[in-house]
Amino acid sequence: MNINLTLIGQTIAFAIFVWFCVKYVWPPITEAMSARQKKIADGLSAADRASLDLELAQEKASKELQKAKEESAALIDQANKRAAQIVEASKDDARKEGEKIIEQARAEIQQERVQARDALRAEVAAIAIAGAEKILESSVDAKAHSEMLDKLAAEL
Amino acid sequence: MAADTPVEYIKHHLTNLTYGKLPEGYERADGTVVQEATWTMARTGQEAADMGFMAIHVDTMGWSIAMGVLFLGLFRMVAKKATTDTPSGLQNFVEMTVEFIQNIVRDVFHGKNPIIAPLALTMFVWIFLMNSLKLIPVDYIPSVAHAMGLEYFKIVPTTDPNGTFGIAIGVFLLILFYSFKVKGPGGFAKELSFTPFNHWSLVPFNLVLELLALIIKPVSLALRLFGNMYAGEVVFILIALLPLWIQWTLNVPWAIFHILVVTLQAFIFTTLAVVYLSAAHEDH
Repeated sequence: MNINLTLIGQTIAFAIFVWFCVKYVWPPITEAMSARQKKIADGLSAADRASLDLELAQEKASKELQKAKEESAALIDQANKRAAQIVEASKDDARKEGEKIIEQARAEIQQERVQARDALRAEVAAIAIAGAEKILESSVDAKAHSEMLDKLAAEL
Repeated sequence: MAADTPVEYIKHHLTNLTYGKLPEGYERADGTVVQEATWTMARTGQEAADMGFMAIHVDTMGWSIAMGVLFLGLFRMVAKKATTDTPSGLQNFVEMTVEFIQNIVRDVFHGKNPIIAPLALTMFVWIFLMNSLKLIPVDYIPSVAHAMGLEYFKIVPTTDPNGTFGIAIGVFLLILFYSFKVKGPGGFAKELSFTPFNHWSLVPFNLVLELLALIIKPVSLALRLFGNMYAGEVVFILIALLPLWIQWTLNVPWAIFHILVVTLQAFIFTTLAVVYLSAAHEDH
């Protein structure tokens, strides 16, 4: 229990240990600790931000979806209208075409009727002349009476 | 063992391995007379005492430096590999200690000084390790040392007043240094002269009171640690004197109790040193 040089030796050793600790031990450890703290804090705030972003994105996505739905509904509507128009138009066309065909057919019928009537008239005229010839027992000059016969035919 | 009676046994265990200077004409224990002043290893407790101040306790120095190197080596190793990712077991342990010290310093120290926290860490871990040497059974290492030809060997540096006073002096010098640095010589003198009684007629009284209070700080630090450790050591030695078959009934509880004491004393020393240094930083 003697007090001696050990006292000073111990103080010097203490000073050296403290110096070493201050310079080489404390800073790297505390830096690593605070860096980790910062990292964790950053990670947490990033997670917060991400969840916020996700919420926004979901909101945006649902809006987009809504818009797309509306657009497609409008498109379908338009297409339906257009289709109806087309159907209407083609109905119209078909009707017109039909009318035209009927008209044509009527015209043809008319023409054939006229032709048939003409032919019939000519034949009736010929028969009438032949009859008249037989009645008169003399030949009738077809040329001299053709004017009269034509008039007759026209009256038929 | 080099001791025959219990008293000799206890004395033997409480004597440090001393290397010092014997004065000219000194008669040594074996009857030889030293011709001229020589540096030598003390062979008896009396010789060690007669060496006076010019002697050094080799065991105290050796073990305290070994513990300091163990502490710094361990912590430096971790500091070099310190990662910001998930820490490994050892790094976890080191960071826990560092955080513990950071909390103490944050609670107790109100100034701004980057030295204080690492200082406190050094004090805490170093003193803890030195105190822990006490848990090694009292005869193990002295027996080994004896086999190697060393007469005395006391392994716990904190049971040597030199050890504790050495650290306390370091703290005291820091208290003085920061008192002068923060308060200035004038401010420090004023604080010593005008507290607690702020009147010119009471300056001498204040001075006596404050200087005493200043000097008592390192003394109380050192004596508290030394007293606790020394007393514990004496009890361990006394237990070791009992018959072998009964020793464990006392040794085990005492050792378990000392797990607490070892940590507590290191903690008290560190906290009080930080408190004193905080007071040194306060500028009124």
